[in-house]
Amino acid sequence: MSDLLYGEVENDLRASVRDLLTDRSPWTSVLARVETDKPYDLELWRTLAAEMGLAGLLVPEDLGGAGASAREVAVVLEELGRAVTPTPFLGSAVLATTALLAAGDTETVAELAAGQRIGALAVSLTTAPNAAFPSAVKVVDGKLTGRVGSVADLEVADVVVVPAIGADGPELHVVQTASAGVTVTPITPLDLTRRIATLELADVESRKLSGDAAAALRTALTTGAGLLAAEQLGVAQWCLDATTEYVATRHQFGRPIGSFQALRHRLADLWASVSGAVAVSRAAADALATGSDVDIAVAVAASYCSELAVHAAEEALQLHGGIGMTWEHPVHLYLGRAKSSELALGTPERHRDALASFVDLPA
Amino acid sequence: MTDLKAQVEQFLADHPTEGADAVEWLGARFDAGLAWVHFPVGLGGLGASRSAQQAVDEAFLAANAPQPNPAAPVIGYGMAAPTILKFGTDEQRQRFLRPLYTGEEVWCQLFSEPGAGSDLATLATRAVRDGDEWIVDGQKVWTTMGHVARWGILVARTDPSLPKHQGLSYFLCDMTDPGVEVRPLRQITGEAEFNEVFLSGVRVPDAYRLGAVGEGWKVATTTLMNERVTIGAHAAEREDGLIGAVTKTWRERPELRTPGLHDRLLRLWVDAEALRLTAERLRQGLAAGQPGPEGSAAKLTFATLNQAITGLDVELHGEEGLSYKDWTMRRPTDADWASRDAGFRYLRMKGNSIEGGTSEILRNIIADRILQLPKEPRGDVDIPWKDLPR
Repeated sequence: MSDLLYGEVENDLRASVRDLLTDRSPWTSVLARVETDKPYDLELWRTLAAEMGLAGLLVPEDLGGAGASAREVAVVLEELGRAVTPTPFLGSAVLATTALLAAGDTETVAELAAGQRIGALAVSLTTAPNAAFPSAVKVVDGKLTGRVGSVADLEVADVVVVPAIGADGPELHVVQTASAGVTVTPITPLDLTRRIATLELADVESRKLSGDAAAALRTALTTGAGLLAAEQLGVAQWCLDATTEYVATRHQFGRPIGSFQALRHRLADLWASVSGAVAVSRAAADALATGSDVDIAVAVAASYCSELAVHAAEEALQLHGGIGMTWEHPVHLYLGRAKSSELALGTPERHRDALASFVDLPA
Repeated sequence: MTDLKAQVEQFLADHPTEGADAVEWLGARFDAGLAWVHFPVGLGGLGASRSAQQAVDEAFLAANAPQPNPAAPVIGYGMAAPTILKFGTDEQRQRFLRPLYTGEEVWCQLFSEPGAGSDLATLATRAVRDGDEWIVDGQKVWTTMGHVARWGILVARTDPSLPKHQGLSYFLCDMTDPGVEVRPLRQITGEAEFNEVFLSGVRVPDAYRLGAVGEGWKVATTTLMNERVTIGAHAAEREDGLIGAVTKTWRERPELRTPGLHDRLLRLWVDAEALRLTAERLRQGLAAGQPGPEGSAAKLTFATLNQAITGLDVELHGEEGLSYKDWTMRRPTDADWASRDAGFRYLRMKGNSIEGGTSEILRNIIADRILQLPKEPRGDVDIPWKDLPR
């Protein structure tokens, strides 16, 4: 049975990330920042990635990383979700890093681990782990041409891992975004805190990775989906905590509205669902860390936590009443993050479809 | 812990399980302190930590050791034993714990009344002092195992002039007393799993009072807390429980499958897995000495989930879902739901959100104790019970 508790190291890691984000990324500054053309605070990213070493958590020590596991990454993502911090952590430290590691790269992954450069994985953020290998980019005469939409964290990426179809089938390539022929066009996102952009490649020079491209991509997407569940848990936890605090102080009809049973019961139900999300998200992180039971644990966590985060954000909005509908209150940032993340790396329905085959419950 | 393991092994070597008389064997286990290792020496335990119990239970299960009478554990183990341990006199502990453990004496719980369920503290059963005895009159309901129980834990009102939580006392009631009448209470399944208990002039010795006069609510709260935290010693397997019955049918009978049922089944599978992992997290937390509040989440989710699963199960059975195996009135002494038909399980699980604290009461507890939300205003706490509108 997997270890579903948080260890001492994980608790310490959580405390230091939370302290930093409380200090450097309060929701007021997140809200102010997303209205500018610089939503990502790259100073904060340097602190997280390089000084605290979080970008290299999944990277072995001999490649310059921290040699930690998905369990620690999950804790970081819970905190990044709780603060809806706009960072390229998912795109760079999880998706690009896992793809590079799985394909046997040592060079680029070391740069990402050190926090010197930022990476992205050139697939639509909606790509599920069991999706067919993308065919949007072709290799012609050793150069890449094609167009990929909705790539997460691309607009701040220095380097992109690109799945492409070569003469013999699936390949993975490393492309520098500064190369000739690369165009990055930001898309106005529903989730203001995680940016997406379109990548266009016209006869672009690249470095081809040697490993099994299809397997490496699947590993990256599976890891991403399992760890995104932790981020969604963090989103849900903030929604529960903030709403509990709000209804305890907001007075109507001469009482705090949190003393009305209709609201108390909704929050009690939400708390029970969040308890479930902690358990499934820990199970997925542990499965990714140990390599055992990965497919089922990830499918369960991804489908459960996606739906829970949306539900939690919708409950938070409703129970905040009018204030929840305003721009000046942060609940819309959480709703945008939750709803967009529900589509990311496989919808809940898509994960349940995958689960049906993993646990032998065919349609 | 290794020491404890050695003791279990030694005990098993000295007391072969094969062909053993269950009561005799369990009595020896109790005397060896291996019944509840966290209980004191001489009372079935070794004064060890609570977290050590799991390994002991698992070792005995693995050795195929005799298990108590299936009618005994629910109320006796989970509720009566910890309450007697905490509030009982030495004499009471000596008298009651061993036969409770071996299953020689089955226990039932005389708390709920027709007019006092979720609002238990309004109960009206009276106990009036008469020398060394109390004379008890009233009616109890929803008494599991009342028809086989030798003893009952009883809460009765000993001072109606006090507010409702203060005038209660807690007793151990001899179910063979001539004033005790147990009648089957037939339920929506057609069976009488529970009973009504009528108490007419029942004489309970004061020596069978648990805790001080007027302290009954405090004692009862301990009992109820223990009811809600009782969890199994092992990690549940994936698809344990009701979801397993539906997945079995799904796999074996492809002709019953429809696309709509498929997505519902998968959603419930995910929810069942989430509940299993939540309970497992609670278990691991307890074992690590970090008890968490997940027990309340598990009880609440368990009820909703079981009802959704059994509802789906009836639909999945199509035309067969229209039939019901047997409406004959029975008085079962175990909770063998897995072998029953889908209709029975559907009806029975409706009780999951009512028994052991309704889901509504549980949500109030979560809101108060875990979320620490402001309480609802109440008008009944400081008024003498006799003056409350009823």
